[in-house]
Amino acid sequence: MNSFRIILGISKIHLISRIKQTSIAALGVTFGISAFIILMGFMNGLNGLLDGLILNRTPHIHVYNDIKPSENQPIAYFKDVSETFNVVHSVKPKQTQKKIHNAQPLINYLNQTPKVKGAIPQVSAQGFYISGNQQLNGMITGINALAEANLFNFDNYITEGSVIDLNNNINGILLGIGVAKKMSLRIGDRVQIANIKGEIIPLKIVGFFQSGLAEIDNTQSYVNVKTAQRILAESESYITDINVKLHNIEDAVAMSKFIANEFGLTAIDIKTANAQFETGTSVRNLISYAVSITLLLVAGFGIYNILNMMIYEKMNDIAILKATGFSGNDVKRIFISQAVIIGIVGGVLGLIIGYLVSRLIDNIPFETEAIPNITTYPVVYNYIHYIIAMLFAMISTFIAGYLPAQKAKNIDPVEIIRGQ
Amino acid sequence: MSTILEAKNINKYFRDPVLFHALKNISFDITKGEFVSIMGKSGCGKSTLLYILSTMDTDYDGELYIDGELTSGKTNDELAFIRNKHIGFVFQFHYLLPEFTVLENVMLPAKKLGEKSIEEIEYDAIEKLKLLHIDDQALKLASRISGGQKQRVSIARALINSPSIIMGDEPTGNLDSKNAENVFNIFQELSHQQNLSLLIVTHDEEFANKTDRIITMEDGHII
Ligand SMILES: Nc1ncnc2c1ncn2[C@@H]1O[C@H](COP(=O)(O)OP(=O)(O)OP(=O)(O)O)[C@@H](O)[C@H]1O
Ligand SMILES: [Mg+2]
Repeated sequence: MNSFRIILGISKIHLISRIKQTSIAALGVTFGISAFIILMGFMNGLNGLLDGLILNRTPHIHVYNDIKPSENQPIAYFKDVSETFNVVHSVKPKQTQKKIHNAQPLINYLNQTPKVKGAIPQVSAQGFYISGNQQLNGMITGINALAEANLFNFDNYITEGSVIDLNNNINGILLGIGVAKKMSLRIGDRVQIANIKGEIIPLKIVGFFQSGLAEIDNTQSYVNVKTAQRILAESESYITDINVKLHNIEDAVAMSKFIANEFGLTAIDIKTANAQFETGTSVRNLISYAVSITLLLVAGFGIYNILNMMIYEKMNDIAILKATGFSGNDVKRIFISQAVIIGIVGGVLGLIIGYLVSRLIDNIPFETEAIPNITTYPVVYNYIHYIIAMLFAMISTFIAGYLPAQKAKNIDPVEIIRGQ
Repeated sequence: MSTILEAKNINKYFRDPVLFHALKNISFDITKGEFVSIMGKSGCGKSTLLYILSTMDTDYDGELYIDGELTSGKTNDELAFIRNKHIGFVFQFHYLLPEFTVLENVMLPAKKLGEKSIEEIEYDAIEKLKLLHIDDQALKLASRISGGQKQRVSIARALINSPSIIMGDEPTGNLDSKNAENVFNIFQELSHQQNLSLLIVTHDEEFANKTDRIITMEDGHII
């Protein structure tokens, strides 16, 4: 303990007497560490933003009735030809309804399953928007507006009006912003919907939504489930989609398989639907680490060089220390502790600067059509990043200091003293 | 009289650039309180011998005992401790840590030994500096004092841990006759009053004649 204090004392004087070189070495570390903090905060902010954009708004499981040819063609049921190779030409899907059979009992069942946070129905219909003499192709989806907002943050999309307005108005429609612009429509205006049979249903505009994807904003609109059923002229049991949100997203794959097998429906889980999304997250993390490690490597080389130079200049000191009773290991510790002090000072400074710059970025306005509810650049403050950064700083400076220190340990004092 | 230092059949070779037998069968001992000087022509191997006796050079054949303890073959850490506690070394040229004050330079070996509190060490260091008449320079940086002053500071440093033996390689080489005389008197006083042994290389015949014994070297031999 005592010798530790002496060694630190000597290191301190060495560092202070070469304050310029010391500062340069420390600033190298500062640069690497602050870059790491900023990158991680920003990249994670971005990840969080995209999480919010995709994960929070996308159903964990989307259940619908896909139109596809039967997997088992009738010939497969004949035992006498089961051993033979059968070829069926021109397979066509059997005309099935888009309707989910017995949807309401299925929804009730799902809502009672413990893993499920909520399962809600949708009715999708095709039609045309008619206003004056204009006609636009449209996708009209009937939703349970309050539940959609609750489970899938539907309200985040709404730029004017609110989910409550839609919920309270059985003849209300929430138009995509693109549709509204094309037809110069405003809240309170009427828009007429023509269904595929040519019947016309007038609806009142209660609000606009903007998803950020032009092709959706130019065609999509939302109405209440009952309204959609009316547009389709279907009964109240007509449901085309069920969206499920789970308590734990990790259950999505198993649960979707279960639903698909048990009910003979198509069930797509979020992981399959958004596989590219997770790849994006990990690539962003990889970039942050790669850049920071590169910067720290450069800083490490700086420290290595400066310590090497320092040892060259300090040959006499090393010889004197050894001659007066300091061991090779003491000398080694002197130089390692110098490197570590540079690492600590540079690292802490890096954390502070990294934090301040993050704050700055956090306050830069960032407004984009695609993400209506974001006003500044997203930055995440995670203390784990600060701990990792500090460990980085300590380890890299330790390694950078170790080799020169080892050299100092092995310096032969006699050679130096004789050399005078 | 107990033996402080004993050298037995010490041989030293330099292999670079050519094989050179620098020390040949050196054997002698120094008893407690003895003041010994080494003389000889330039290049006869005085410094080489002193580096071996001070345990800094371990590349030799033969045996070296300090305070009755065989030092040959000990680890570097053990030798560092022996140098710290038992040996005070004064170099041919002044050797101080330039960025430290005079006082810190003198205190450092005692701090390393760690047997006394910082206050005691500081008191001792100032006493040693007073002994060599440079206590007025105590708080100056070691790089800011004259060559002769540096030499005296390094003598003070050699004394700080009350070693069993002081080895000096021409410690008065850079001093004027008055200060050389003073250093000699201090050495003699230490050897008489505190039973300190001294082994001093010198070219100064007057200095050598006043010591208890003169070892004369020639071409790596003791004659
Ligand atoms: N590193 C070395 N490699 C080869 N030969 C060396 C080395 N160091 C010293 N020598 C040789 O060893 C001999 C003794 O050198 P040393 O320094 O001990 O002499 P010295 O008696 O101290 O001389 P001086 O009085 O000039 O200081 C010299 O001939 C020198 O050339
Ligand atoms: Mg010499």
